[in-house]
Amino acid sequence: MLTEQIGSEGQPLPMLEGHDSPGRLERLLRAGKFAVTAEIAPPDSAAPEEVYERARIFDGHVDAINATDGSGANCHMSSVGVCSLLTRQGYAMVMQVSCRDRNRIAIQGDVLGAAAMGVANILCLTGDGVQAGDQPSAKPVFDLDCMSLLEMVTSMRDQSQFLSGRRLSSPPRVFLGAAANPFGPPLDYRPLRLQKKIAAGAQFIQTQYCFDIDRFRTYMNRVREMGLTERCYILVGVGPMPSAKTAAWIRDNVPGVHIPDQIIRRLLCAKNQREEGVKICIEMIQAVREIQGVSGVHIMAYRQEERVPEIVTEAGILEGRSPWYPGIKTDHI
Amino acid sequence: MRQWSVRNARMLEWLYRRVEGVLTLLHPLWLWAGYNRIEKPVRSVERLIKSAMFDCHMCGSCVLSETGMSCPMNCPKELRNGPCGGVREHGYCEVKPEMRCVWVDAWEGSQKMRGGASIQHVQPPLANENRGRSSWLSEVRKKRDENFLLGVKNPSQDAN
Repeated sequence: MLTEQIGSEGQPLPMLEGHDSPGRLERLLRAGKFAVTAEIAPPDSAAPEEVYERARIFDGHVDAINATDGSGANCHMSSVGVCSLLTRQGYAMVMQVSCRDRNRIAIQGDVLGAAAMGVANILCLTGDGVQAGDQPSAKPVFDLDCMSLLEMVTSMRDQSQFLSGRRLSSPPRVFLGAAANPFGPPLDYRPLRLQKKIAAGAQFIQTQYCFDIDRFRTYMNRVREMGLTERCYILVGVGPMPSAKTAAWIRDNVPGVHIPDQIIRRLLCAKNQREEGVKICIEMIQAVREIQGVSGVHIMAYRQEERVPEIVTEAGILEGRSPWYPGIKTDHI
Repeated sequence: MRQWSVRNARMLEWLYRRVEGVLTLLHPLWLWAGYNRIEKPVRSVERLIKSAMFDCHMCGSCVLSETGMSCPMNCPKELRNGPCGGVREHGYCEVKPEMRCVWVDAWEGSQKMRGGASIQHVQPPLANENRGRSSWLSEVRKKRDENFLLGVKNPSQDAN
């Protein structure tokens, strides 16, 4: 089973019966494995080597890599670019698509281009407002929202057509994801919003940073009651905070991140705040793993990417698996 | 006023149904006058009323009855399918921190409405070519077309 999950460099995997993509992430999740994804920071650079270096950090520890699309409304190398480079190396990529910067015509073109370059997973996002970034004078597009984006890509894949109804000769074979923020108001609407995203086509979910385990448990209880965990795979967002000061800044300035005071206090009281941040992250992974209906974690270790391997190892979530990476010796598995 | 409209979503839902019924009944009149000719005056009245009550942006594809009577075009991201992940604690907007989230209001409004569950309908992307046009008239025309089609269908079903 596991050897089937290995794809050689740049070669697409054969599609399995009942799957929507030829990707490893879908295979793992459908096989019931606890999946690990991580966010790569796209460089402010045109050098491919910088992208390879940043991806190499995760080798052997993550199952798929998310390429962000101008996250926080700051410009970096595009997600299509990062994904194209890394799928050439054989990495499983999750291409993030935000509705902030491109209209429906541009996005449909990118979806086809990305799928042609071997992208098997697309994460459909609304996107942060332009005010959050360093170019707040930019025109916010928002021609689509995450929901209509999901529906559009689903129909490109399943009906083999553009939004206009014009036919595609070959549809994009992609596993579709969406984000969820269980921690933002209106809290009682959030499970319903998840239901709506699933109706629009979401097959996996990557959540916002989870620092409030109680709030997350309440959310998951409701989500389970509604039967949603049987209809999508939920990967919980986690990440290490480097210091109490950064945590407080993120809470106040990054849209949608909820960090309870007790986490900030715990960081503040620690001798080594950076180490404490990693410890909190590992504890959080272990805590969410115990929650029924959680299918994996999504690690966002912004500017601390080098800590991801030890976080994954110490949390003990791979259960002896060694995720594929370029140059791995297959007899190890 | 926008907040008032959300608080009274139930009553407005009822009123809207009535107005829609009347406008649909008047279809022969609109047809006689010509839909294109009355577009401008109707649009002006519609803008006046809906601007006052909902801060309407005349998107031309009104979905108020499915968004708890809170106009989604007031969302700085013009989201038509629910709140983004950036809503601040206490329900304020990510982009405009002084404004209450349009979708927090929409959720509250929808819970008061009889047809509130329609907030779960996935709205298609906005038809930008209809911006600035009367959505009342296009709604009435759509309703009449639907009724007309049903009317055609029924006799044929009887024949079968």
